[in-house]
Amino acid sequence: MSLTGLTAHELSELLRKREISSTELTERHLDLINALEGKINAFVTVTGEDALKQAREIDERRARGEELPPLAGIPAALKDNMCTKGVKTTCSSNILYNFIPPYDATVTEKLSAAGAVIMGKCNMDEFAMGSSTENSGFAPTRNPHDLRAVPGGSSGGSAASVAAGEVVFSLGSDTGGSIRQPASFCGVIGLKPTYGYVSRYGLIAFASSLDQIGPFTRDMTDCALVMNAIFGHDPKDSTSAPVEVPDFTGFLKDDVKGLKIGIPKEYMQSGIDPQVAVAVKKAIEKLEELGAFCEEVSLPHTEYALPAYYIIAPAEASSNLARYDGVRYGLRVEADDTISMFNETRSRGFGEEVKRRIMLGTYALSSGYYDAYYLKALKIRTLVKQDFDEAFKKFDCLLTPTSPTSAFDFGEKADDPLSMYMSDICTIPVNLAGIPALSLPFDTVNGRPVGLQLIGKAFDEGTLLRVAYTLEQNTDLTRPKPDLEGALQNGKQS
Amino acid sequence: MKITQKDVEHVALLSRLKLSEDDKDKYTQSLNAILEYMEILNRVDTSGIEPTAHVLPLKNVFREDEVKETLEKELVLSNAPDEENGCFRVPRII
Repeated sequence: MSLTGLTAHELSELLRKREISSTELTERHLDLINALEGKINAFVTVTGEDALKQAREIDERRARGEELPPLAGIPAALKDNMCTKGVKTTCSSNILYNFIPPYDATVTEKLSAAGAVIMGKCNMDEFAMGSSTENSGFAPTRNPHDLRAVPGGSSGGSAASVAAGEVVFSLGSDTGGSIRQPASFCGVIGLKPTYGYVSRYGLIAFASSLDQIGPFTRDMTDCALVMNAIFGHDPKDSTSAPVEVPDFTGFLKDDVKGLKIGIPKEYMQSGIDPQVAVAVKKAIEKLEELGAFCEEVSLPHTEYALPAYYIIAPAEASSNLARYDGVRYGLRVEADDTISMFNETRSRGFGEEVKRRIMLGTYALSSGYYDAYYLKALKIRTLVKQDFDEAFKKFDCLLTPTSPTSAFDFGEKADDPLSMYMSDICTIPVNLAGIPALSLPFDTVNGRPVGLQLIGKAFDEGTLLRVAYTLEQNTDLTRPKPDLEGALQNGKQS
Repeated sequence: MKITQKDVEHVALLSRLKLSEDDKDKYTQSLNAILEYMEILNRVDTSGIEPTAHVLPLKNVFREDEVKETLEKELVLSNAPDEENGCFRVPRII
């Protein structure tokens, strides 16, 4: 029996019945990581020995007759911007190439408490700035569905590791689409929670008012299980929402009868690949056939969300990234005086896109430009949020494409920052409004997966789970499987 | 031109980044393209609209001032590029 490619809930059942052990499961996944990493490069660091130790502990606890939570013994991975005590955490940046956190992020602690086996740290665009992992300070990740294509970003490694079967689930972070867009490109499920639902403690900050951590999984049941493990208020994060967390598996109902789903017309217009639009229309027909009521809606400020985001996010980043100065951790380039040391360290340590965003943000916040750029963008943010508030007076959730296209080729957008930014045009408004959204695979275009984005009201992840679960139960289009034979053959030769 | 090479030099200084001549040229071009695109924001009348810096209705989250465990000093300092007697060491400032 092949143990890779199954879901957490399927494997959990096999573990519970003692048909397999977590040690065996972990070994099979490490074998696959060894065979594939030469081609996929989803990981910055693989923690094989630690993983086997965790797996043996879970097996021992199970042998003693302990009742274990559903993710116990399941191989998982974290994006390399989540702190892991004693394990290198780099943000895929040369400025943090040697950083070993002295503490665990809250999500790391929560996954450990749930018994998940952490296999390693996933590659990303440097400091989560990018949409293809081509901005990784080390090397890009490849898309398991087509090695010529990018996996999306910034959480490209997290998405690719799940799509390739190297781990069963992973965590990513989403500031403007960095979970949903790579989930769409790699044919897996990715959820960005409501802002404040998951603790950001120990998540290395990019834009603090937008960043959220969320799961990548192969099916909706796994998505709900991971949400149960990582959601919840955390006193260590002052922006954590003081709300109760439901059992998310309770929302997995095969029923959308009577649900009102809005289709924002602005998301179906400019720049959407006609074949992606066809996939979205197919999903709308399916939902109507299953009893949902779908209708067009207008979110008039949509086109202003992207430029507003590229003021707000870089402004916050320019402040957050001021801490990388070569004094307390990470790279230091020696110089005669302290200011020169700062300049040399930051110039050598940061990559091209990170420097661009630091400068863009610094400019937008600088004297004389603050009102014209930063304050203006914050007001646009209010209007974008009000558009959603209006739409949710009538609709239970909204349906859009996750990204205007399926995965693009390496190099296609790498030299044109603006065209790369456009890849997140459908996901960015959601972060500005702080509301939840998930990407569900739905069909493929020339072998490359397409993602549907479902957007919900704040703290109403439940409706998104229900709609996505219903689609999953009623079509076979939500689980595209990559053909990895070629990569495995090549991997063996090299 | 929204931003000149001189502006880029000033922003780089504020950002503590040292740019080569090539870099200055490249960033002047790409920042101009981005800032020109942002012009469309001026089409929106935002008079009377309150800014949103943060989406949650949270303000001043307080906690009790209690002594709790802190990070292990040795682990923290083990990341320092240079340290001496439990302190971070930097080049001369004055």
